[in-house]
Amino acid sequence: MGSPMEMNGGSVIAMTGKDCVAIASDLRLGQQAVGLSADFEKVFPINNQLYVGLPGFATDTYTLREHLRFRVNMYRMKEEREITPKTFAHLLSSTLYEKRFGPYFIEPVIAGIPAPSAIDPDPKPFICNMDTIGCITTPKDFVVAGTATDKLYGVAEGLWEPDLEPEDLFETISQTLLAAVDRDCISGWGAVVHVITKDKIITRHLKGRMD
Amino acid sequence: MTECSFGITGKDFVLLASDQSAGRSIIKMKSDENKIRQLSPSLCMAYGGEPGDTENFVDFVERNLRLYQIRHNIELAPAPASAYIRRILAEAIRSRRPYVVSLLLGGYDKIKDESHLYWMDPYGTKVKVPYTANGLGIYVALSTMDKYWYPDITREEAGQLLKRCIDEVKLRLAYQFSFNAVEIDKDGVREYKLDGSA
Repeated sequence: MGSPMEMNGGSVIAMTGKDCVAIASDLRLGQQAVGLSADFEKVFPINNQLYVGLPGFATDTYTLREHLRFRVNMYRMKEEREITPKTFAHLLSSTLYEKRFGPYFIEPVIAGIPAPSAIDPDPKPFICNMDTIGCITTPKDFVVAGTATDKLYGVAEGLWEPDLEPEDLFETISQTLLAAVDRDCISGWGAVVHVITKDKIITRHLKGRMD
Repeated sequence: MTECSFGITGKDFVLLASDQSAGRSIIKMKSDENKIRQLSPSLCMAYGGEPGDTENFVDFVERNLRLYQIRHNIELAPAPASAYIRRILAEAIRSRRPYVVSLLLGGYDKIKDESHLYWMDPYGTKVKVPYTANGLGIYVALSTMDKYWYPDITREEAGQLLKRCIDEVKLRLAYQFSFNAVEIDKDGVREYKLDGSA
């Protein structure tokens, strides 16, 4: 058995644009080098403006997704409003830190646009990532996670530019992900991309190399 | 682990096949052990792993699903049943005594009229798949399934595909396996005759 982080494979990336964010994942799930499924999505909707990517150990992907669904539903009922990306990031962070000495083997990626409020009428797009025990990093440009992390950094560093429009951002994130996972044996097998804008979400499935 | 099982779904049925060997290390003590358990009227599990754990785990799951059925007067559909089984495995893996059990779960959802097949490992990884293998079978038969399976495959062709997989096991694996199989559909679970696979 190898490390849990590399057992199932899979990668996630998120990027900011002009009044939009995009988040994408590959679709492979494997047991070491053997591919088992080509429709295992690692990015899940939290609400209309917020997505979370949970790459890493697949059993924890499922456990965390179910746990977060419960926590966010409870938040929605108690507060009678949707959770903001920043609050959700801290919710997830403390959920991960609760398991400090026996962590979930997941490196989450969060992407979303906060709804306009009285305090913040023109909110900025939000992206962040975390380590397995919930330490949050919030860069301006892009975040990556999963087994193709190093490749994703390289390609994203070369392709990303500030203030991309939604369609250009879609192209950038798609090319970045597809190029990076082709150099990773345990990521790939297709991809799914979500582009979040203020008024809608564009979800597209991409075909990729099947080797 | 020297076990080997297969699952193939079609539009309105699931085929589950498993090897029948029981033993320890390189010694085979039995070659007619049934390693497919019926959990509810239209749900079956082909299991493998640590021998003591498997029996204990499968009994536990079977009785809890039966209890659910008695309490609510309806059987648990394959999708929620799979979530329940996954949870037991996922919680056990971080406990003092994990269940070392891997399994294929095949079932027919009578309400939605769908066939379901799930692959699960001892960590609690769960994937819904149209066709899959477990144990040594994944190394020799997955590519055979990739080539011959198609959506809405007929029962006859699924049977032939299963035969091809078993033939592949005989051809490429050093172990001698005998197989049994079940067919699951809207009418329940039946034994599926495998001709000449001794």
